[in-house]
Amino acid sequence: MARTLKLRIWRGDDKTGGLQDVTVEANHGEVVLDIIHRVQATQMGDLAVRWNCKAGKCGSCSMEINGKPRLACMTQVASYPEDETITITPLRAFPVIKDLVTDVSFNYKKAMEIPSVEMPPGMKPGEPRMQQIDVERSQEFRKCIECFLCQDTCHVIRDHEENKKSFAGPRFFIRIAELDMHPLDILRNRKKSAQEEHGLGMCNITKCCTEVCPEHIRITDNAIIPMKERVVDEKYDPLRWLGSKIRKREGML
Amino acid sequence: MANLEKYSYDVVIVGAGGAGLRAAVEARDAGLSVAIVCKSLFGKAHTVMAEGGAAASMGNVNDNDNWMVHFRDTMRGGKFLNHFRMAELHAKEAPDRIWELEMWGALFDRTSEGKISQRNFGGHEYPRLAHVGDRTGLELIRTMQQRIVALQQKDKRETGDAEKNLKVFAEVTITDILKENGKIAGAYGYRRETGEEILFEAPAVVIATGGVGKTFKITSNSWEGTGDGHALALKAGANLVDMEFLQFHPTGMVWPLSVKGILVTESVRGEGGILTNSLGERFMFKYIPDVFKDKYADNEAEADRWYIDQDNNRRPPELLPRDEVARAINTEVKAGRGTEHGGVFLDVSKRLSAEVIKKRLPSMWHQFYELAGVDITKEAMEVGPTCHYVMGGVEVEPDTAAAVGVDGLFAAGEVAGGMHGSNRLGGNSLTDLLVFGRRAGMGAVEYVKSHGKNPVSAATLEKAATRIAAPFTRTGGENAYSLHQELQEVTHNLVGIIRTGAELTQAIEKIADIRKRSANISVTGDRKFNPGFHLAFDLDNMLLVAESTAKSALLREESRGGHTRDDFPGMNSTWRQVNHISSFDRDKVIVKAQPLPVLPKELFDLFDVHELEKYMTPEEISKGGSN
Repeated sequence: MARTLKLRIWRGDDKTGGLQDVTVEANHGEVVLDIIHRVQATQMGDLAVRWNCKAGKCGSCSMEINGKPRLACMTQVASYPEDETITITPLRAFPVIKDLVTDVSFNYKKAMEIPSVEMPPGMKPGEPRMQQIDVERSQEFRKCIECFLCQDTCHVIRDHEENKKSFAGPRFFIRIAELDMHPLDILRNRKKSAQEEHGLGMCNITKCCTEVCPEHIRITDNAIIPMKERVVDEKYDPLRWLGSKIRKREGML
Repeated sequence: MANLEKYSYDVVIVGAGGAGLRAAVEARDAGLSVAIVCKSLFGKAHTVMAEGGAAASMGNVNDNDNWMVHFRDTMRGGKFLNHFRMAELHAKEAPDRIWELEMWGALFDRTSEGKISQRNFGGHEYPRLAHVGDRTGLELIRTMQQRIVALQQKDKRETGDAEKNLKVFAEVTITDILKENGKIAGAYGYRRETGEEILFEAPAVVIATGGVGKTFKITSNSWEGTGDGHALALKAGANLVDMEFLQFHPTGMVWPLSVKGILVTESVRGEGGILTNSLGERFMFKYIPDVFKDKYADNEAEADRWYIDQDNNRRPPELLPRDEVARAINTEVKAGRGTEHGGVFLDVSKRLSAEVIKKRLPSMWHQFYELAGVDITKEAMEVGPTCHYVMGGVEVEPDTAAAVGVDGLFAAGEVAGGMHGSNRLGGNSLTDLLVFGRRAGMGAVEYVKSHGKNPVSAATLEKAATRIAAPFTRTGGENAYSLHQELQEVTHNLVGIIRTGAELTQAIEKIADIRKRSANISVTGDRKFNPGFHLAFDLDNMLLVAESTAKSALLREESRGGHTRDDFPGMNSTWRQVNHISSFDRDKVIVKAQPLPVLPKELFDLFDVHELEKYMTPEEISKGGSN
């Protein structure tokens, strides 16, 4: 069943621009990205939007729909009332390049600052033995599709450009947690560096990141809070830190 | 061209999917400087979409498995049109490539012994697919992405500059592969964000651009699958091999619209999903080809028992190779036994509990529930063929991935041809990326060591730049979006899953007409992140690919794997000895027949001769291989 949809789309860049009203046909079962493509093909040939898989797996079409950070390919038109005008704007936490496309290079810089996985010396390919239960904790975080919606919604940087320098953001807290819980990784002090170098302490666990995660990763409960708790433990109890590392190695053998 | 950015590298890699990144790691590890150029952001490549797993005969679940069994399965799947050497290298090297990923941080699902778990998949004799739930492709791309970052961090420690010798140029489209004196000299393109032009001088270029799905109307491919590498290679003087072979995944969603084309992984069938028509019949039993009769159950009782006892029962026919399943669905729909949206039903809810489905097929469940409100734990999906993968591609030397005919050009992954013959087995593409991505990297390293820099001339530059500026110099011309849709209609209707000579002839004319009109595309707006401008170049590539596919398909008068001719049903052993080679004469695609490399005796002897009789001529059988 076709319906006529009213949209307000941000056109412009980081200097100038504004919301433009558009009226477009929508069919049953379509998502916002389908609609944007129809606008592109019929009314605004140069409307800039990032997208890729259109299946919720690549995390490219991140934008704000009625002010909420969302993947356009995962947002059904039918979830909005018939007469509602849908407002589509670029991610607010990052500089706009054009229209719905933002400069997300911040995230790639942060990725570079986190030390990579470090394997036990002498371990050869094919040797690792790990139990499913031990890999599952990190696997949850490796579901991340890097849509950066969590980064966009996080109030530590959303309206505070000045915090970006010292704050890696939820996406990279789960990256650190993933490596910290990785059964093979031998690098020490990941939690401590999360706290001291990547701004974990600035997070005050409002769970906004968890709420917007399209992969339903429990960012706050399973990554941020455990790291915050243990970083406190370790500060007071070095033996406990040692114990956690020994357990980690057992899992590996 | 005023603001032309210029770079110089030892190797330029076009494409940042699994193959491109693996090639980059290999070349950088050998000490070369490497640029990785991709159309999307880093880490978004179509590789993320691979769900089922990566096939490698590690033998972790069934220790009867080894490279020879994997090789046989691959050749059978490809209906013996595969380049034997590629299939051999792939089967031999796949386990090492998977274990290597684990050393770079990948976390595959485990067996109870703690080894990498392996699952069953269509066409594979033993459980062979290393997997991470149903997001194996994401794990592969993220692991490779993080490996690149690790190498950059190492460079930073050693040189102070992370990007000195390995840099990712994201959101850059390459429009021309440049040559001087008959050899590769670099690549030219534009930044998608700004529209500004960019030159890479390099003696070696690796093409790893993936597939061509966007040439078709219904496809599981992302927007990037526009055949860029296929077209770039053709224009640079390389050949494409067997472009008639396209895999239509049998089970793409046909309804609702928001998920149309999206693929339902074969694991849904592997875990017990059954296919039924609108009459409620489990129809696959009617479509078991003679060559598979001894391996697939012909009744429901035995098929159901297989899930519990795989040693004493034949497999359910839902697990037949993809082309057989696709053809069966197409026949059911054409006979009027399809769903109202032109598909059939695929149901996993009857056999497994909701908890088990969510555990074993988490992203399938999540994706359809969120995207379309379909709950696969409770209801059937409506599925039909969707264009999924191109077996044809750049003709390469198997050991080095060097493109035949162009010094300094390499190709790996989906853009390369030969490995999969007429049909790819599920799970073979992820390991293909790794095995031949690495080999392309090695090939480029060897080439660069023996060939110095090959500077780009001003004339060559001028030509490349003029092409990019052209769409802006016209007004009131053709609309790229409309032409793209026209092309997709033509390919879907006339070059799709079931083909005839008359329709292909018609398609060739129509594609030529669209191509002629595409020379008059004009673009609105300016150069800054302008999708209409971007599509003008992508479309040019898709048109060449479509022409190559239609012409190759018209010549091949048989049905084999991903090429079905209604007017020539059935395989023909004489046609098995033929590869179709596409080249470009600056005006049109020319397709010629070329003899398929002959299976050497040691590989010939891996098969039961009675099996080979189903594929080969009596003369081939009596020769018994090439030496």
